[in-house]
Amino acid sequence: MNSGETAVELTAGDRAWLTGEHGEGAALAMRLVVKMAEVARAPRLRDITQAHIDSCLYHGQAGLDFAERLLGGGATVAIPATLNVSSLDLLHPELVRLDDETRERAKRLMDTHVAFGCRPTWTCAPYQLPDRPGFGEHVAWAESNAIVFANSVLGARTNRYGDFIDICAAITGRVPDSGLHTDEGRRATLLLRLEGLSDELLDAEVLYPVLGHLLGRLAGSQVAAIEWLPSDTSEDRLKAVGAAAASSGSVALFHAIGVTPEAPTGESVIADGAREIVVTAADLRAAREELARVPGGAEIGAVSVGTPHASESELRRLAALVQDERPRVPFYVNTGRGQLAAVGSVADDLADAGVRIVTDTCTYITPVIGGVTGAVMTDSGKWAWYAPSNLGFNVALGSLEECVRSAAAGRVIRDEQVWA
Amino acid sequence: MIEGWMLVDGSAAGHALVLEDPLSFWGGLDPSTGEIIEAGHPQRGEVVTGRILVMPSGRGSSSSATVLAEAIRAGTAPAGIVLGEPDDIIVIGALVAAELYGVAIPVFVASPDGYATIRDGDQVSLVP
Repeated sequence: MNSGETAVELTAGDRAWLTGEHGEGAALAMRLVVKMAEVARAPRLRDITQAHIDSCLYHGQAGLDFAERLLGGGATVAIPATLNVSSLDLLHPELVRLDDETRERAKRLMDTHVAFGCRPTWTCAPYQLPDRPGFGEHVAWAESNAIVFANSVLGARTNRYGDFIDICAAITGRVPDSGLHTDEGRRATLLLRLEGLSDELLDAEVLYPVLGHLLGRLAGSQVAAIEWLPSDTSEDRLKAVGAAAASSGSVALFHAIGVTPEAPTGESVIADGAREIVVTAADLRAAREELARVPGGAEIGAVSVGTPHASESELRRLAALVQDERPRVPFYVNTGRGQLAAVGSVADDLADAGVRIVTDTCTYITPVIGGVTGAVMTDSGKWAWYAPSNLGFNVALGSLEECVRSAAAGRVIRDEQVWA
Repeated sequence: MIEGWMLVDGSAAGHALVLEDPLSFWGGLDPSTGEIIEAGHPQRGEVVTGRILVMPSGRGSSSSATVLAEAIRAGTAPAGIVLGEPDDIIVIGALVAAELYGVAIPVFVASPDGYATIRDGDQVSLVP
């Protein structure tokens, strides 16, 4: 890799990183950041204030070799950095079924990232931590659901960072100045206009992962705007839209007009010549059928909620719901250790009701759910998208309340009226 | 001679494996065998090892970078990659493997006209 000549305009500070003034590990990290800038045809690099790192999730020996090369070269993070979920649940290790060798390597990869100075947050929802980025703040986030939340709901600015490059950005504090870091890159080239949806459907929690699924299908990697969502749509519901859209598509930013902070009006965010698509209740019904085929009344063998990690308010709601209706089938909730600590005794209420709490990881990326016959129900569009291929389950989709009622009954109970 | 942009330097020669659809290495390539395993991919079952892999673009998760680096480490990777458009995930996987294992897999973006002339099985050489 030739670091001597580049079309990217580098500062004296950038060059000092390249020549090894901050150590060999840091020089390697900067070489990769500069190369990314060349590929993106970015004119220069820019500062970031924080990073969220996904490279701590074990996918094979190469990831561990890279992290250990950086660490051996003395690299540490230059800015605050949080860590995504990994393959292990450190608080509840008995829940994850991996062979010893993989477990040992996964643990070494996690330890290496802590040694860089990253905070051991082990959550896919860093936006639920207290020091999340503010409007207009430039960050380097990995993890598709976190990226779309940061850009869309917080109005922070990040490209889709991922394996290897996320930690390089955190080590150098620099990223290519391109794409979603620029005003131009954030304008919507697709407009979804919701038409004729009943108030009941707009009020139904299950609409949001389904809408996200359809958004991902239609948008691919484009920036999209959505018109006519309720102005008081909650963060948890926007989280569900984004996570699903970043699974069925590569959506990194959507503007909900009149809801998300960058889009007070359509004019402020929609690019000239944007394509417009009308979305009806029938389109959404079809999207739900495509995403999760298991019908009402079908037997279920387990329930998994909290993908992305359950927020404090979702944990409290779940605890109240299972108080009245205890699950008869295994019921898993994924959450961050930070959220779990924040809800205090609610965690005990959940455990007392038989809910299995999974932290640090997620039930769709590492083997947790075992010995299940029948379908699995979830409230998550992302889980519904990945579980059939990752885990081989058939999936039913419902609201959190419907998941609890179904777990008590052992079969899918859901309100079909809202889709009428 | 095909015009284009060498994203990752290196030399390679081999027979072209021209993919009709983009391949997501994560979930689509088995790095222990070099076999395409993506469900529904038109060329599922083909082996990329030692070929010049030609595809219109990259696709899917950033974890594809690790899978490519892993294939290079295991010796199952293509000899070189020709793309129709730049892809940073493929580039970073190839660069990291070059740094770690000293194996340079060139990544080249062909001009649209040049890309269209490459046929499956053609002998292709990539030179810096």
